[in-house]
Amino acid sequence: MSLPIYASTGQKIWYYSFRVICGLIFFFLIAPIITIIPLSFNAEDFFTFTPEMLRLDPEGYSLQHYRDFFTNPDWQQPLWNSVKIAPAATLLSVSLGTLAAIGLSQSHVPFKGAIMAILISPMIVPLIISAAGMYFFYSRIGLQGTYLGVVLAHAALGIPFVIITVTATLVGFDKSLTRASANLGADPVTTFFRVQMPLILPGVISGGLFAFITSFDEVVVVLFVGSAGQKTLPWQMFIGLREQISPTILAVATILVIISICLLTTVELLRRRSERLRGMSPG
Amino acid sequence: MNASSDADHFVVFDRVQKSYDGENLVVKDLNLAIGKGEFLTMLGPSGSGKTTCLMMLAGFETATHGEILLDGQPINNIPPHKRGIGMVFQNYALFPHMTIAENLSFPLEVRKIGKSDREQKVQRALDMVEMGSFGGRRPAQLSGGQQQRVALARALVFEPELVLMDEPLGALDKQLREKMQFEITNLAHNLGITTVYVTHDQTEALTMSDRVAVFDDGRIQQLAAPDTLYESPENSFVAQFIGENNTLMGTVESIENDLAVVKLDDGELIDTLPVNVTKVGDRTLVSIRPERVEYDPSRLQPGAHTVKAEVLEFIYMGDIYRTRLRVAGNDDFFIKTRNAPDQRRLQPGEQIEIGWRAKDCRALDA
Repeated sequence: MSLPIYASTGQKIWYYSFRVICGLIFFFLIAPIITIIPLSFNAEDFFTFTPEMLRLDPEGYSLQHYRDFFTNPDWQQPLWNSVKIAPAATLLSVSLGTLAAIGLSQSHVPFKGAIMAILISPMIVPLIISAAGMYFFYSRIGLQGTYLGVVLAHAALGIPFVIITVTATLVGFDKSLTRASANLGADPVTTFFRVQMPLILPGVISGGLFAFITSFDEVVVVLFVGSAGQKTLPWQMFIGLREQISPTILAVATILVIISICLLTTVELLRRRSERLRGMSPG
Repeated sequence: MNASSDADHFVVFDRVQKSYDGENLVVKDLNLAIGKGEFLTMLGPSGSGKTTCLMMLAGFETATHGEILLDGQPINNIPPHKRGIGMVFQNYALFPHMTIAENLSFPLEVRKIGKSDREQKVQRALDMVEMGSFGGRRPAQLSGGQQQRVALARALVFEPELVLMDEPLGALDKQLREKMQFEITNLAHNLGITTVYVTHDQTEALTMSDRVAVFDDGRIQQLAAPDTLYESPENSFVAQFIGENNTLMGTVESIENDLAVVKLDDGELIDTLPVNVTKVGDRTLVSIRPERVEYDPSRLQPGAHTVKAEVLEFIYMGDIYRTRLRVAGNDDFFIKTRNAPDQRRLQPGEQIEIGWRAKDCRALDA
């Protein structure tokens, strides 16, 4: 929106200061992330910009930390753990969360509010409390220190995201479509997969991506519930910071930032697609 | 039109009751038999139970009491997807993520009909509603009237013997609605399917149906062919709900065979047909259609009672004149006269005498 010709001095001042304030907020949010990207190409083993880097001398830059990440077993093991755990946890969150959201959107379900509150509590309760609780509970039943334990714990953290996004999609879902489907002869399972699922899919996928990122970035719960065998990437980064301040962490961080950007772009594209489908839908 | 003979009762509601909360009955003791090939309309104000009846027939609601029979078989325990009844929904309920052809193909796919057969049937159904070239579009790319046609084609494509329609024309403009009314009735009669049509639009009900069931307060108030319904309403609800109607309150003064003389509250006497008054002294609501009122003394039977009236307003409506009168203290007494060359225009303030044939003036329950 450009400034109208009749704007008063006050409006002009506000018009420009508003843009400055927005710029400052973006800078505050993004600067720490932007800084680590050049630092990850540091030729030295330091967390600071060397004089060569500031001179933009190619000598000051190298890919050695990336090389380290992709070759060092200290990093490769956690990478594979993360790659194994996050998709499994996501799959579980998506299936259970979607079913829960559909169930909770039915009008005849009693105690909806209470059930919803319990299901999304992992998002609200401080992580350390959930983690401690899971630790004691999982130790009792022999899940502590197992892949299954970590996957279940991460699924519990991811379910709230799925429930919230799918519930939001279901609000706009026209119930007469499922009736129409039944009337046309489709049994409830066919109706779910052919009619309901395709229409709520954008919500399911964005919930799934949030669940995936949650699991992929999570460090507190895995420290409690996992053992050395289930060491994930964030865990290794945490140890790395504490014990051997290596710029490899910066390389990993850069890779994770890029993955997150890709995932969020996917979410946005899906959201636009669903808006297009729905914006023009009848009724 | 005689599809309702006792021989073939295709759909039967037998003492059906429905309550959502276990206390209030939305449908009270419904008995209704629909003949094969009949076009029956359920007409009534909102909340009268007509849509609930349709939903029970489709299987989306269960009857609290009583039985619904389809072709002689009780269907209370059959889930909606096994009933094989076509339905056109109020908002069309086309699947937005499928093309028109996929929408129509859906009921055939779930019935495991082969691909070439399917394509043929889909095309035939689309051609039937003159939408043959729209198969590749999505519902959102069609206008309301086109979506309506597609919804109709989808309800017919799997060749059901019974089709339900829930106010399907409600969202269309007047011209399109009239065109579709005509097309739907034609299609239904040509295909020989039984149709149950729900609407709150009385014109729609009168023009489309073989029989109309007028619903109010969870009961059928009258079940009759459109002309009977309009000309011989059985109670004051039907008289007032169907068409325009003048009402006067009075007391039965004398009653014999087909003539009841009613004394209006201002003391004037009128001739009426006793419908549901039985004895002298009954309070009654007298109903007369605006087009059956005469003010030309030469057109009245000799000896008929007439009533004094004052002309309050003359409204020119093109094909007809509408005149508002004050009759027996009622300021909203309308008469309709055809705009004929020899027709006299009444002037406001004029005092006239009005009358009618006794059989056009029905003495109903008060």
